[in-house]
Amino acid sequence: MTGLIELFSYSFFQNAIMAALITSVLAAMVGTYIVSRKIVFITDGITHSSFGGIGLAYFLGINPFFGAAFFAVLSALGIEWVSHRGKLREDSAIAIIWSLGMAVGIIFVFITPGYTPDLMSFLFGSILSVGYADLMVMLVLTVVTALFMGIFYRPVLYSAFDAEFSKIMGVPVAFFRYMMSFIIAMAIVVSIRSMGIILVLSLFTIPQATSMLFSHNFRRIVLISMIFGLTGSLVGLFSAYSFNIPSGAAIIFTLTIQYLLFKLLFWIRSLIAIN
Amino acid sequence: MTMPIASLKGIIAGYNDEPVLRNIGLEVFANDFIGVIGPNGGGKTTLIKVLLGILKPFKGTVEFPSGKIKIGYLPQASQIDKSFPISVKEVVQSGLQPHNKWNPVLSARQKQKVVKLLNESGLQALAKRPIGSLSGGQLQKVLLCRALINEPDLLVLDEPNTYVDKNFEYELYQWLKELNKSMAIILVSHDIGTISSMVKTIACVNGDLHYHPSNTISAELLQVYKCPIDLIAHGPIPHRVLKKH
Repeated sequence: MTGLIELFSYSFFQNAIMAALITSVLAAMVGTYIVSRKIVFITDGITHSSFGGIGLAYFLGINPFFGAAFFAVLSALGIEWVSHRGKLREDSAIAIIWSLGMAVGIIFVFITPGYTPDLMSFLFGSILSVGYADLMVMLVLTVVTALFMGIFYRPVLYSAFDAEFSKIMGVPVAFFRYMMSFIIAMAIVVSIRSMGIILVLSLFTIPQATSMLFSHNFRRIVLISMIFGLTGSLVGLFSAYSFNIPSGAAIIFTLTIQYLLFKLLFWIRSLIAIN
Repeated sequence: MTMPIASLKGIIAGYNDEPVLRNIGLEVFANDFIGVIGPNGGGKTTLIKVLLGILKPFKGTVEFPSGKIKIGYLPQASQIDKSFPISVKEVVQSGLQPHNKWNPVLSARQKQKVVKLLNESGLQALAKRPIGSLSGGQLQKVLLCRALINEPDLLVLDEPNTYVDKNFEYELYQWLKELNKSMAIILVSHDIGTISSMVKTIACVNGDLHYHPSNTISAELLQVYKCPIDLIAHGPIPHRVLKKH
């Protein structure tokens, strides 16, 4: 127990808890939009393509965050543009962007001379090494996203639900869709730091799946996802520290267990209701 | 002569450079009730999309000679994602024209209007329910309310009678008859039988458009204009049976 209290006095652990808190809030808002619009596959494409940016950044010797952000935003807007124009099958476009991004990343990492220090932390996440600057970026994006989705809740919801009808009603659908694509890309990139490319999307989808057991109201799904995202992240964080395993994997594992537990509870409840 | 409220001239439209509609013209007047029929892929929905301004025609013009009009639109049920987490009330609210598109906060009057329409259409008990929990008929009612909340001058319905039971269909047609007193209606349907008993005029779309200034479906209309539909039309009164064609 004293070990646990001592843990909280370390600044790296305080940072990790802050990161878990902020990403849970961010992923709850953005993830509910992703799940509702059924664009999980698109988002996975964006996530993986950002690896190209990380590789390029290593090669050029700049901060990998900027490379990842550049690639992710470009892919997100590109996919939205392709699906908007309808010239190319959307799933083909996603597959191309996905694999091209990964390929570019691998090539650049290979031709970069020397040792690439925290490449593994980008793939698998390392919430325990999140620094003050990372936290600030996460916080700013979370505040901007909350303001945008709060103020424009209706048009964002309407253009996601029925774009064609919203267009007829004079809603600037294209603007809201592109803005949300931009926000999704940025949210993914700032969460990669703690979750890792391979697993980050789960933080944007599993808490939502759990929430949808309780509610089918957009706003409520966001709120419940915040709670489940946070509990899952914190338990995952402690396990990651205790068992010395990558934080991303520990958090996703906890989130999944949490989902299965509630699923089971609801299943038992429905059985009781029948009898 | 009265002016049409909407006028389509020389429309050539389609997707990916493939024209579906070839040189179509249509005029809609204030109290019209036009039934649009035609085979699948004949361009019924394309015609509507051009009229609504969501599909830009390759050629031709869409004009509103008597000034800008409000159009209410009920899309095909298959276009609606029933698993989307949105409530009945929210869907109806989305039909309100925002007074300022950058500040979409609803006024107290608008909120009241939604409540009133939900009461009138018997949906008040479902207001907070997610649309995924509704029956086909209930969902169509919600979508119709969404189309009506803005008090349109023209109501456009794309296949409103799919996925609904006969009771609802009857209720819907009574409702439309009432609505037709205050707005023009365009009703797209593959169900030419019900259409002929309801509408005042018929337009047959099959690449071209043929306007038929009455609601009797003649063999000529179907054959000469290549509307390959054969059926018996059951209107309440008079009972019409089509000639074999």
